[in-house]
Amino acid sequence: MTMKVTSKTFIRKTKRGNILKIVREHYLRDDIGCGSKICKKCKHNNERPLVKHQSINKDFPDKHYLLVDTNVVLHQIDALEDETLKNVIILQTVLEEVKHLSHSVYKRLMDIIGNYSRSFYVFVNVYHRDTYVERVRGESPNDYNDRMIRVATLWYNKHLDDKIKVLLLSSDEASKAKAINEGIPTMSLEQYISGLNNVTLTDKLSNRSCMVEETSKEPIFPPHLTPAKIHQGIKSGKLMQGTFFASVDNFLEGNVFVEGQEKNILIQGRENLNRAINGDIVAIQMLPESQWSAPANLVLADYDDLDLENDLNTVEKPKEKYPTGQVVGIIRKKWRQYCGIIQHSLVENATRHLFVPAEKKIPKIRIETRQYDKLKDQRVIVSIDTWPRTSRYPLGHFVRSLGKIGERDAENEVILLEHDVPHSKFSDEVLGCLPKETWTISATDLVGRKDFRDLDICSVDPPGCTDIDDALHCMPLDNGNFQVGVHIADVTHFVKPGTAIDLEASQRATTVYLTGRRIDMVPGLLSSNLCSLRGGEERLAFSCVWEMTPNAEIVNSTYTKSVIKSKAAMTYDQAQLIIDDQNQDNSIALGLRQLNKFAKILKKRRIEAGALVLASPEIRFLVDSETRDPLDVEVKQIKETNSMVEEFMLLANVEVAKKIYSDFPEFAVLRRHPKPPPSNFESLIKAAAHLGVELNVDTSRDLANSLDKAVKLDNPFFNTMLRILATRCMLQAIYFASGTKTYDEFLHYGLAAPIYTHFTSPIRRYADVMVHRLLAVSVAANNTTPEMLDKRKIEALCQTLNTRTRMSAYAERASVALNTHIFFRGKIRDEEGYILYVRKNALQILIPKYGLEGTLFLSPRKGQLQAATFTYNEEEQTQRCGEIVFRTFDPVSIQLSLDSSNVQHERIVLKLVKPEIPNFSVPSITASTVAVQESQKNPHEPCDSLCEPQLKKAKI
Amino acid sequence: MDLLSRQGLRTDGRRSGELRRIRCKMGVFNQPDGSAYLEQGNTKVVAAIYGPHEIRTNRSKAPNDSAVINCQYSMATFSRSERKRRPRDNKSAELTLHLKQAMATAIKTDLYPKSQIDIFVQVLQSDGGNYSVCVNAATLALIDAGIAMEEFVISCTASLANGETPLVDISHLEETMGGPSLTVAILPISGKIAMLETSQRIHINHLEPVLTEAVRGCRFIYENLNKIIKKHYEEIGGASNWGTEEYNI
Ligand SMILES: [Zn+2]
Repeated sequence: MTMKVTSKTFIRKTKRGNILKIVREHYLRDDIGCGSKICKKCKHNNERPLVKHQSINKDFPDKHYLLVDTNVVLHQIDALEDETLKNVIILQTVLEEVKHLSHSVYKRLMDIIGNYSRSFYVFVNVYHRDTYVERVRGESPNDYNDRMIRVATLWYNKHLDDKIKVLLLSSDEASKAKAINEGIPTMSLEQYISGLNNVTLTDKLSNRSCMVEETSKEPIFPPHLTPAKIHQGIKSGKLMQGTFFASVDNFLEGNVFVEGQEKNILIQGRENLNRAINGDIVAIQMLPESQWSAPANLVLADYDDLDLENDLNTVEKPKEKYPTGQVVGIIRKKWRQYCGIIQHSLVENATRHLFVPAEKKIPKIRIETRQYDKLKDQRVIVSIDTWPRTSRYPLGHFVRSLGKIGERDAENEVILLEHDVPHSKFSDEVLGCLPKETWTISATDLVGRKDFRDLDICSVDPPGCTDIDDALHCMPLDNGNFQVGVHIADVTHFVKPGTAIDLEASQRATTVYLTGRRIDMVPGLLSSNLCSLRGGEERLAFSCVWEMTPNAEIVNSTYTKSVIKSKAAMTYDQAQLIIDDQNQDNSIALGLRQLNKFAKILKKRRIEAGALVLASPEIRFLVDSETRDPLDVEVKQIKETNSMVEEFMLLANVEVAKKIYSDFPEFAVLRRHPKPPPSNFESLIKAAAHLGVELNVDTSRDLANSLDKAVKLDNPFFNTMLRILATRCMLQAIYFASGTKTYDEFLHYGLAAPIYTHFTSPIRRYADVMVHRLLAVSVAANNTTPEMLDKRKIEALCQTLNTRTRMSAYAERASVALNTHIFFRGKIRDEEGYILYVRKNALQILIPKYGLEGTLFLSPRKGQLQAATFTYNEEEQTQRCGEIVFRTFDPVSIQLSLDSSNVQHERIVLKLVKPEIPNFSVPSITASTVAVQESQKNPHEPCDSLCEPQLKKAKI
Repeated sequence: MDLLSRQGLRTDGRRSGELRRIRCKMGVFNQPDGSAYLEQGNTKVVAAIYGPHEIRTNRSKAPNDSAVINCQYSMATFSRSERKRRPRDNKSAELTLHLKQAMATAIKTDLYPKSQIDIFVQVLQSDGGNYSVCVNAATLALIDAGIAMEEFVISCTASLANGETPLVDISHLEETMGGPSLTVAILPISGKIAMLETSQRIHINHLEPVLTEAVRGCRFIYENLNKIIKKHYEEIGGASNWGTEEYNI
């Protein structure tokens, strides 16, 4: 091989403003293959995905490969993802440009390239001696790249001797003309796809051509500033840059978070929002103070509720004004693919449709499809292509269908996609890392392990738990102290650093529990079998063994890899029975009783230190094992034994945190929970004050104390409500690398612990896996790996874990909401509820039984008349109708039903039962009778579409 | 930017185990007793040797049975894209010491008692691996000066891409973008290591592959330089083109 060398020169400006000339070497090679199977010229043609095939395109009947330019990749990635397009050459020039312009498109492109069956080939044209050209003086980067693409296409056509043509796909008219001029076969992708006669593929085309049709109309939105003007404006301080967050409740309102600004900037109204979509990085201009406004405090649930929209413009603005601004440009679009449904259309054979995203913060999207009849009752995915000034909605295109609306699998898919939960099947590479199904502990596995198989270890978990992370034991010592052991599944024995299974687990970050479906972090063989500390089976563990005084003081601690044999895997109830039954005096019963005693001491100590007891309405569905339908709900019961296990897990986490931090001051993976800023509590303090309850939030202990005191005899749920609302004032607890923060910042506010980590659930949390590895090095069971000692990598991974953990919590909540809907199909129930917030036009109601939060609208809906009128008092946070006054925390009786009138968008409807308000409240109904009647109609399946035969076959 | 693309090419088009282009010229100056100019990629260095000559300073401290080696490493003001007013910084002082250490292992100092050998190297253009290129240039200049050596001293760098693939003979861009980089100077025939340095902490698991790659680079450079020197002396012997030609590989 011979190499030629040339140089590339860049001009760059330094931070100080100096101009630098940077010269880099650029080697040109002759050992880069063309990637074609038919080629006999290239000597170094190792990878040859491009195959010979007959053209099925009526507009281009010759055998051919495709070569796409940058714009085609950027705008038509959905079409490129379609399996129909094969034998595509991606030039390095294109790849680099795409990477530079859109990271998400780049990742998707790389995924296609990685799929060998798609026959995509990356040709490194920039290092090939025949296809590299130097940039000429005065040539713009765009023109230069276009020329590189043309040179490469010409080279290919010559290289393949016209046995196979290489067809350039380009969307830009000017560069297309240039290419045709040079004798290169060229087309636009639209043209090419129309020659394929493929409806699905046509739908996937980006919707840019619509613009032509729309431009004849009057613009609805003000224009966006050019990037140069935005840059200038931000530099001069006239504009600000920030992240746009759309309001969940009100589609005509949003906030922009600007770094360094104390308050978020309020954006109100269609024109001021100016086409910003949730998550976009936007440039904003402040409005003069005279035009400042306040959040409308309205709930605009339906996008087409024009009455309410007008209402918004006419309502009197309250006194307190917020800094308000308008969007003048979008710096970076955070558009992604959206799940949703196609709005019902009355026009037959129409091709233009509106797509309604599942995410309320996203506007409707206009798409073109010829498949309406097929897609009208489907959950579909849509991409946004553009949002011109003349269009009320952004323009987009159909990507793919997820299945029928209301069908559990399709709905679950929506939840998983919307929350970006990785949930595909484990790849063969990952499964290849697993031991055999018949794996048993061998002599080599036992090297360096303590043998705890004779200890009376047992586990206590909720019923039906198959991934048992932890087990406990306790026995008296001769000196009057006790030996207490916390044994955690030794997942890192099977998940070695850097393996495919390890990378997959780190990307998944956590196991996600949807109702009736668990998305595992590690494959089932590990999570439910080999790592699960089942009763009566020998398992590998990582043990914390402490000597404790009868007063629960640790006098010494040992951490060791071990082998255990749990004597029993119990439920909370079973353990409770054993503890309570004084006739039982075997070592397990004695151990449990002693552990329970210790737990009470530990808990008391924690509470005294200021740990918070917060509440969130946690419920679980009892699910039909056959249909996976929710049969009933129950609030998760907290038993004494539940709290017992929890105390020891907390203890283990704190002790392990101390240990790894002392051994790895820079690299320990810890978990912190920052103290919330006082402003977070403002509205809660105000609401409590209306009821004469004073909350002190100075420290977590003050908060805990004032929550304990806040009891109202006439409202037994008041205290729980306060705790629920206090929970919402908290910040997220997050993982971090110890070297990135000072010791004071390690604080876990909620647990009142100066240092904390996660060690006890390695089967379902990746942070615990990282902590296990650190602890294993601490106790000399393993050596370090490079990744463990790279602060930047640890911190980056912690960020991923934080995002995934947060999203999985949202997904789990969404799953509960989905099941609530399914549960209420065909049912009407009266339930006790409590007012969480008082709004201008509605009451936000919590129904503890279902952990459900819903909106009770007080003002009439569109096109309806309502005799009862309510008066809103902003200062007092009340709504009044005649004699009846609604305040935060008040109990109400609510009738719940499911509104299925809009098949595509079911929702729970709340109606007031008590207190009675003439012409507003509804009469009480005996819930059970209706439910029974409904189920008698259709004894197996009260819900419409859920009884599809294929569903029954699906495994749980 | 990735240090190594999925197609296995580095940012300048080389593969992981490929050296940069080497060009050199021996006997570039008349004044010194030996000199050489060496280019490895865009890193360009001159080296000049004075000596062996009588010790001029600190005569009292000089050993009786061997030569004193005096080194000076410097960078030309124009050597980097961002021009520095005072190129002689701490880094240069440190590299001077390292250079002296590496060269001292090969020069047969006991043949030159009570004398001094001066080694001056200057980086004319800097683009990664400055120290290594200086060691190699110094070796060439010492040969040009006819100073007796055990064998060549050859140096090369290596780094790690994507946490797994070692890269040899790294450029400035790779030095600044990558993880830890390692510099080694060896006596290629005996395989002795004359100097070893890493830019930052390097994990034990990575040390061996990176070191192996750097040593392999040294051997390649050694073969190349050896060829150039042989050709140089053949031509001097041939009484034509008196050392004025550039030798490319
Ligand atoms: Zn070829």
